[in-house]
Amino acid sequence: MVRVDGSGTGGGLIQVRGLDKTYRRGSEDIHVLQGLNLDVSKGDFVAFMGPSGSGKTTLLNLLGGLDVPTRGSVTVAGDEITHMSRGKLTDWRARHVGFIFQMYNLIPVLTAFQNVELPLLLTKLSKTERRKHVETALAIVGLADRMHHFPRQLSGGQEQRVAIARAIVADPTFLLCDEPTGDLDRKSADEVMELIKQLVKEHGKTVLMVTHDPIVAKQANLTLHLEKGVLVEAGARDHQPWEGTAS
Amino acid sequence: MKFSRLILANLFRKKVRLLLTIGSFAVALFLFVFLGVVDDAFSRGADVAGADRLVVINRTSIINPIPLSYRDQILRIPGVKCITHNNWFGGVYQDEKNFFPQFVIDPENQRQVFPELVVPDDEWNNFLKDRDGAVVGAATMKRFGWKIGDRIPIKTTLYGLAETAWEFNIDGVYHGKDPKDDETQFWFQWDAFEERVPERVKGLIGWYVLRVDNPDDSVRIAKAIDTIFMNSPYETRTETESAFAAGWVKQFGNIKFLIVTIGTVVFFTLLLVTGNTMAISVRERTPEIAILKAIGFSDRAVLGFIVGESLVIAMLGCVGLFLAFLAIPILSRATAGMLPTLIIAPKVLISGVVAAVAVGFASAILPGLGAMRMRVVDALRRV
Repeated sequence: MVRVDGSGTGGGLIQVRGLDKTYRRGSEDIHVLQGLNLDVSKGDFVAFMGPSGSGKTTLLNLLGGLDVPTRGSVTVAGDEITHMSRGKLTDWRARHVGFIFQMYNLIPVLTAFQNVELPLLLTKLSKTERRKHVETALAIVGLADRMHHFPRQLSGGQEQRVAIARAIVADPTFLLCDEPTGDLDRKSADEVMELIKQLVKEHGKTVLMVTHDPIVAKQANLTLHLEKGVLVEAGARDHQPWEGTAS
Repeated sequence: MKFSRLILANLFRKKVRLLLTIGSFAVALFLFVFLGVVDDAFSRGADVAGADRLVVINRTSIINPIPLSYRDQILRIPGVKCITHNNWFGGVYQDEKNFFPQFVIDPENQRQVFPELVVPDDEWNNFLKDRDGAVVGAATMKRFGWKIGDRIPIKTTLYGLAETAWEFNIDGVYHGKDPKDDETQFWFQWDAFEERVPERVKGLIGWYVLRVDNPDDSVRIAKAIDTIFMNSPYETRTETESAFAAGWVKQFGNIKFLIVTIGTVVFFTLLLVTGNTMAISVRERTPEIAILKAIGFSDRAVLGFIVGESLVIAMLGCVGLFLAFLAIPILSRATAGMLPTLIIAPKVLISGVVAAVAVGFASAILPGLGAMRMRVVDALRRV
């Protein structure tokens, strides 16, 4: 269940309380997020929308431990990450977060297999175990037959699917998607969204996604709008059994 | 090891740049070895100098002679084991570019004073019996393709001699016990020399070389020799053979300073070139580095990748050391007569590897620290 009023009891997967983020530009303070609250449960699929500069990506960065808030707290699976050191945050990200970016951000000199394997290099898995995990992840995204291709040999949609495989291969607690279809044509975008929905539905993944595209946002079980630094519920659909409910 | 694939993949992404950078390393290391070898060649005299040998020269200059009559007086000083004398002949074999040093020697004592330069007894005996005989170092024999029995004409204009060729029979070949020993000299007998020089030169030698019983007495003996001949027409300066060799090298200029200066400039330039290459390489990969950090690679791991890449380039650049290893003997033959024999000492190669590692590390450290400190959110904004 997703809540944006701060009334969650703390039993959810992600709990955000009073989150502020202020940037200083010259002599001016820009308050991007102001007292933002959010509760997300395991298995939720939430889309964040809002105009450019509304703080969607900033929120994603804060949830993913890539940035630190000016005030407030972010707690994920019982770990309060806002006061973690840089080194501890890095370890935490490796264990809990899978990132999917608009531009795929694959390493061009590594094959699909090697790109997907990257997060596993930080684990103690043996080479054989790593291979098994990578093959499974690539099979999930439907690219088992392309594992030895380099990114330049893949289409945009395929590259994004490799990026998704990289995001899920270490079985993170949740996925953060920043405009995952922003660089794709409609057909590829639909394929990627089907895949993300499949991860939620069949693999129980929790997904938080930023998008500009209302069609893409509709595929989440809840869309939240960022307005004046706080989240506002845009609507929920309850006909899909894996979706959460806004309150 | 599991990260090596990532390092190598990044390394080979720009093959031309990689080749050029490796080439820069290779050229610098080649030059480093060459300079090291030249330095070693010039300082070798001091390195191989006998600790128990002293050299006595005219106090004014080595080109001024001293009397042969000093020999007995020097021998009477307690602690002097044996003594020999030499003259510089300064002859030319066929052409001036065929330079090699020719010494007039005192055959009775030469082998006692220089036991490390070995001549087989039978050859030495033939030499003693032959007034026009010569003993030649193995390197010079090889250089000119001479063999025992050959008759060698050498001209000199020193000592007021007309430029007519003196002819010598090669009776023997000497070899050094140590590879660093000079095997380029050409020796012939004092008696043959003295009977042909003008009267005013007779009885004058170039310098004495003597051995002492105990090297600890060298200072005392040197002082005693110079004291004996003080205020004479031929005052002396006595010094250890290593000091003498070092002084000899200084006549060519401050070789060491020159070599250190050139070497420093070369490596500083290399540092700038490789540092710039690494900086460009890191800047090009800013988004990728950000992704690595986002998925959990630590700042230290990122630094390690960049330093690792630079060190691999440095190690590949060590091909320059291998090329130097192959080329130095060829260069040595090509510069024979102009430079002392060029020999690659292991310490020069080891120094080359150490220098390569140092430059590799230093050139990566600034870009690496920049990548290490890079904030993921800032870097991702540049995508």
